[in-house]
Amino acid sequence: MSINITMPALSPTMEEGTLSKWLVKEGDTIASGDVIAEIETDKATMEVEAVDEGTIAKLLVPAGTEGVKVNAVIAVLAEEGEDATSVEVPEAKAAPQPDKEAKKESSEDTKKSEESRAKSDIVMAKSDKVGGSQGKKELATTPLPSANTADGRIKASPLARRIADMKGIDLSAISGTGPRGRIIKRDVENAKPGAASAAATATAPKPDGLILPQVLDDRIYAPDSYELKPLDGMRKTVARRLTESFMQVPHFPLNVDLNIDRLLASRSAINAAAEKGVKISVNDMLIKAAALALMDEPDCNASYTDKGIAYHKHANVSVAVAIDGGLITPVIFEAEEKGLAEISKEMKDLAERARDRKLKPQEYIGGTFSISNLGMFGIKSFASIINPPEGMILSVGAGEKRAVVNAKGNVEAATIMTVTLTCDHRVIGGAEGAKWLQAFKRYVETPEAMLL
Amino acid sequence: MSTQYDLIVIGSGPGGYVTAIRASQLGMKTVIVERDALGGICLNWGCIPTKALLRSAEVLYLAKHAKDFGLVIDKADFDLEAVVKRSRGVASQLSNGVKFLMKKNKIDVLEGTARLEKGAPAPKVIVKGKDGKDTSYQSKHVILATGARARDIPQAGLVADGKLVWTYREAMTPDVMPKRLLVIGSGAIGIEFASFYNELGSETTVVEVMDRILPVEDEEISKHAEKEFKKQGMKILTSTQVGNLKPGKNTVTAEITGKDGKKVTQEFDRVILAVGIVGNVENLGLETLGAKIDKTHVVVDGHGKTGVPGLYAIGDLTGPPWLAHKASHEGVMCVEGIAGKGHGEKFDPWNVPGCTYSHPQVASVGLTEKAAKEKGYDIKVGRFPFIGNGKAIALGAPDGFVKTVFDKKTGELLGAHMVGAEVTELIQGYVIARQGELTEQDLAHTVFPHPTLSEMMHESVLDAEGRVLHI
Repeated sequence: MSINITMPALSPTMEEGTLSKWLVKEGDTIASGDVIAEIETDKATMEVEAVDEGTIAKLLVPAGTEGVKVNAVIAVLAEEGEDATSVEVPEAKAAPQPDKEAKKESSEDTKKSEESRAKSDIVMAKSDKVGGSQGKKELATTPLPSANTADGRIKASPLARRIADMKGIDLSAISGTGPRGRIIKRDVENAKPGAASAAATATAPKPDGLILPQVLDDRIYAPDSYELKPLDGMRKTVARRLTESFMQVPHFPLNVDLNIDRLLASRSAINAAAEKGVKISVNDMLIKAAALALMDEPDCNASYTDKGIAYHKHANVSVAVAIDGGLITPVIFEAEEKGLAEISKEMKDLAERARDRKLKPQEYIGGTFSISNLGMFGIKSFASIINPPEGMILSVGAGEKRAVVNAKGNVEAATIMTVTLTCDHRVIGGAEGAKWLQAFKRYVETPEAMLL
Repeated sequence: MSTQYDLIVIGSGPGGYVTAIRASQLGMKTVIVERDALGGICLNWGCIPTKALLRSAEVLYLAKHAKDFGLVIDKADFDLEAVVKRSRGVASQLSNGVKFLMKKNKIDVLEGTARLEKGAPAPKVIVKGKDGKDTSYQSKHVILATGARARDIPQAGLVADGKLVWTYREAMTPDVMPKRLLVIGSGAIGIEFASFYNELGSETTVVEVMDRILPVEDEEISKHAEKEFKKQGMKILTSTQVGNLKPGKNTVTAEITGKDGKKVTQEFDRVILAVGIVGNVENLGLETLGAKIDKTHVVVDGHGKTGVPGLYAIGDLTGPPWLAHKASHEGVMCVEGIAGKGHGEKFDPWNVPGCTYSHPQVASVGLTEKAAKEKGYDIKVGRFPFIGNGKAIALGAPDGFVKTVFDKKTGELLGAHMVGAEVTELIQGYVIARQGELTEQDLAHTVFPHPTLSEMMHESVLDAEGRVLHI
């Protein structure tokens, strides 16, 4: 019985990915645990490990194919003793059949292949738990340092190329069924212009949801006036998710000024007292304060979902980290339980690995609330876009000396930081958001409260 | 049962022995079973010895025409015994070559007749040795390559007796030259023998039930070949039926029904039956295993699978085209599939070239012009005659032509058809073009060496484009 190898979901939110590279070829014998492919996901490049052993009968999705849907069959594995060349390939090939007999046979083939698919579908890998458990038969989530290294060569016969050209078919969207995956006549004959062939629908790139990308028009920008950088997986994900969020989530901002003099003083004291190597940042303290505020106002630690509002039991704080080519939000899980030293250490490690694109999906997925801090750039205040399915995001501006009027009515200098809370109005009302800001303000302005 | 085999191949023709070599290369412990001589029909009673005979006929033809080349040969004649001896010598040299190849590739050879019984993971193979004893072998895989043989049609009174009514086997080792020879069937086998005997002086009549000789070839090719054969004195009767062969003491009478429906009884010294091929499916135990058989051929799935676990079939046994190179290719694909080293492609009969080594030779691949039209292609056709080719003139072989059929829309080479000197050596160029899916433009941009016959292949393509150069 042949086994279908499907596109793994490397993270719970992953819908599609780029199959950047095959590390095996047809005819290779693989053992369970062998690394067979590299997949570029939302935010990282991952290795995919084989779950079963056998012989690679067919690679259905060429390396470099973008937008491969999760669970789409990407390869077929022949089990030991099975004839790899005669393994049923799970697409009904629409090759022209010369006579009735052959038609019958092919429909039988299709039926058989459907059966075998039903019986032996195996989703190779599903990291269904976030932030922790590595499943037993899960794929290796060993991250790789760099992104797409796929060999861009398209193997196609001259005839296939001409037919594709005539019909306006993009050869890169088609999987070849000729020798060694070469695209031959029959692969392009039935393909529809503008779309991928029937054999390759699983791999056809789909426009990114709501995003209608701007058409690059030579009349607006002369072709030599810019350098074009192709969209990588991260850029596309950031674009898609934030567009969806901005358009679909009814959001509103709330802002408040915080006096952080005491916080700064506490930080100095803590750092002076801390063991060598530990250096708490203002941001680390804000993470802790936010987590505690979420515990105080559990209504705000919420996600709007199709099944209902999910009220989270822990404060998993996502922290936006700008990295080369995009943005990623590693998560400090259960931050309410963690001490400042621990948060600080974790944050340093996550940020560093984020910049190297070495984060595992479970390290950047599963946050319940986000913090974005642009204070170091001197930004006074800004309103971030919600990071779905989280309910709120806090935008932190620069702490600066401002003239304030104190309780006695006198003007004095204080270090003030403006923060803006963007809320998903479907789960958080203005009053809830405001209450959360009050709680947060209390922790920031009275940092000793974090010790309680 | 001492040795554990990965693969047992039954039959050592060009299908079986090539399969065994490939299996061995892929690391399978392989044994091959042969009931007669290594190399099968092809090497011993088919392709090779007939080529030796036809070479003698060709040399004789040239000797007879020595004057045309400025040479003086007083009397060109032949010694039939020596011609046959040479042919047998060539066959036995090659059969020994196969023996050597088996040894070199550490393939065991079992002399005997095989039959199958139920077994796991593959059917059990029982080999009845020359001593009459049965030995049973169990392997992981079994590939049947038992080939095919000439067909009799008893209902029509067409039965070979091995004396006066021959099949290819007797026709290959004649003791006397028949004065009047009747060849029934004008496929490759019939035409090759007709060409040989006609050249050596038999009064040769070819009868074909279809409306033209070499009926699988392109119509223009058939017509041209017929004209050439007739020029050489061959009598050709198309749309004609033969029946009721009655062997007498030294001659055979045959009832010949012509186009007009008139029945004539005619006497011949020998008759060669070449009315088709039947697969060797009998006495193998296929019925008990449940392998599907369609008439006389084992049904396979394009990868050689029979549907019985561990049992595969290749070559003539699985049906047309009945050609050695088809068998070898199928065998290699099948065994690579078993080893997990295949490229997954199903066997494509449209890319199998066909060759007839008569004088003139005929070679083709792909669709005929008529078949292409029937399939609904909008086509463009190119032709180029031998008379326009320098090398052909120098060779003294100015008859024949090359024809190419293209899909007008895509430029796909749908078929190529040739008749004339050495075309059997030329056809592979077009086979590569078809396999690689080259278009007419790729062929037009290819440099062909001058002076060669192959230039005609180029010119035919250019002609299809309306830009032929040398005519």
